[in-house]
Amino acid sequence: MALVRLKGLRHSYRQQPKTDADWAVKRLDLEWADGSANALLGPSGCGKTTLLNIISGLLRPSEGEVWFDEHDVTTLPPDARNIAQVFQFPVVYDTMSVYDNLAFPLRNRGIAPADVDARVREIATLLDLDAMLEQRAAGLTADGKQKISLGRGLVRSDVAVIMFDEPLTVIDPHLKWRLRSKLKELHQRLGRTMIYVTHDQTEALTFADQVVVMNEGTVVQAGTPQELFERPRHTFVGHFIGSPGMNVLPATFADGVVRFAGHPVAVATPPRTPPAGATLEIGVRPEFVRFGPDGIPVRVLKVRDSGRYRIVETQHDANTIKLLIGEDQPLPSDTAHLRFDRAHTQLYADGWIAS
Amino acid sequence: MSTKTPNQKAWWLVMPVVVLVAFNAVIPLMTVVNYSVQETFGDNQFFFEGFKWFRELIESERFHDALKRQLLFTGIILAIEIPLGVAIALAMPRRGPWVSVCLVLMAMPLLIPWNVVGAMWNILALPDIGLLGRSLNAMGIDYNFTRQPVAAWATLIAMDVWHWTSLVVLLAYAGLSAIPDAYYQAAKIDGASSWAVFRYIQLPKMKRVLTIAVLLRFMDSFMIYTEPFVLTGGGPGNATTLLSIDLVKIALGRFDLGPAAAMSLVYFLIVLLLSWIFYTVMTKDEAD
Repeated sequence: MALVRLKGLRHSYRQQPKTDADWAVKRLDLEWADGSANALLGPSGCGKTTLLNIISGLLRPSEGEVWFDEHDVTTLPPDARNIAQVFQFPVVYDTMSVYDNLAFPLRNRGIAPADVDARVREIATLLDLDAMLEQRAAGLTADGKQKISLGRGLVRSDVAVIMFDEPLTVIDPHLKWRLRSKLKELHQRLGRTMIYVTHDQTEALTFADQVVVMNEGTVVQAGTPQELFERPRHTFVGHFIGSPGMNVLPATFADGVVRFAGHPVAVATPPRTPPAGATLEIGVRPEFVRFGPDGIPVRVLKVRDSGRYRIVETQHDANTIKLLIGEDQPLPSDTAHLRFDRAHTQLYADGWIAS
Repeated sequence: MSTKTPNQKAWWLVMPVVVLVAFNAVIPLMTVVNYSVQETFGDNQFFFEGFKWFRELIESERFHDALKRQLLFTGIILAIEIPLGVAIALAMPRRGPWVSVCLVLMAMPLLIPWNVVGAMWNILALPDIGLLGRSLNAMGIDYNFTRQPVAAWATLIAMDVWHWTSLVVLLAYAGLSAIPDAYYQAAKIDGASSWAVFRYIQLPKMKRVLTIAVLLRFMDSFMIYTEPFVLTGGGPGNATTLLSIDLVKIALGRFDLGPAAAMSLVYFLIVLLLSWIFYTVMTKDEAD
């Protein structure tokens, strides 16, 4: 178990990075608490796997340091770092039995056979693999294999941090849910620091206490799932998290009043000095938009039923505004007026929250 | 509901293949079977002899000797080329500009016509003017492949290794390239030694292509003809008279079509049987 800290970290796959775009991971500082469940969330190519490989030691960062507790591990190879990693595609040693697969990392470290046996059986029970210990690993299904990859990390009692690189990608949908709750349960029982990389917001938000959202090599926001939802620091987070994502509307700011298409909009934290020359936008989640007797006039375009609520798509000139209404709430036809919940309406300047 | 009406015209669609296979395999094979049970004389006279040629062949010392030489040759070839090919494939770069250079270099011997390979090595190994032969003699090693059986064998094996190890290298390399990086990364994290990586990741992942490599090298080396024919012509004496060389001597040298046909069939059955054994042994694990 360990506290993981990244200090002034930067990485580029090029020898001589010149432009900003050459950096796969731009300068960042991050800290993950000991025993915490974390997620690294972002679209493909945002640098999250690069970051993961830097923490596990498969990559050496171009700049900056990686610390586990009080140790600088930047220059250490993966096997000296006490980390475990579960990859996107299950990695099992085909010719070995499930038992030998689980015992492999321990045997490589010269642990006494009796201890190996005890440890393997304990972890197998934890992962519900007892019944198939003698089977050949090659014959297992994808989720079984993924459990073995995870097990190879768990058997080691010295593991500081366990990392998951989109571990559920190849798992059947109905087993995804089971494996996900298993992971959550394991985290609660073992209390190991875990970092879970994914581009799936559901996986990230259900697994983690702390979510780091990345985009184009930078950390856009780090916070609890609730913070990400209620107060996205960047319009990207607003888009990326939530289903449907946050409404982002063009805005103007004059005389202390934020306006959308001429209509004044009250925002949670009004900016004191308007950022000069910046593109201003209003961000409000569909959850915090309501029909009202007055407000922004819109035309109702589409209604989609998601089961628990209805997603209504409305239009004001060229701007689409989505909102959620309950199954039993009345739906105005054709034209209506919208109101934004002030506490959850933010002003963004060049994408970043302005407050 | 749709009912399928039999359309006999479909037979015409498979005709090209049937004709090809018939002329390519079935008719020649059956002709050989036909010859193998008959005595031929000039003027196209044939007399039925039953299994006489087979009995004679099985009892003949000459066939036994050729078969033993053949088995020894193939055994040595496999024992050298498979491990050597795997070793070279492991040593080849996996990324970067050198990959294509290595691959082209490796593919080169495979592109040379077989009789040219024989001729090249023949000249190379000549004790009086060949680079190899002369150098060896200059170093004080008495080497003359046209007179010494051991030298003839050594030259033959060196030539085959030079010619065909590349095939094993290319197959093994293809197998290695197909292993995802995650396996190496996981092994690194699990603290596996490089031997363990080879034993538990690379070798199992290469197994299928190695099965193919072993089968190809077995069959090719068991049926090798051109290169030893050009290099040594089966000599000195009968030292390098392998099965195919002996077969040609009987069939074309003496025009004994009956015994030659019987030998062809036995030869064919041996190749088939051994290939089957190799295949069964090497794929046994996968059935479990």
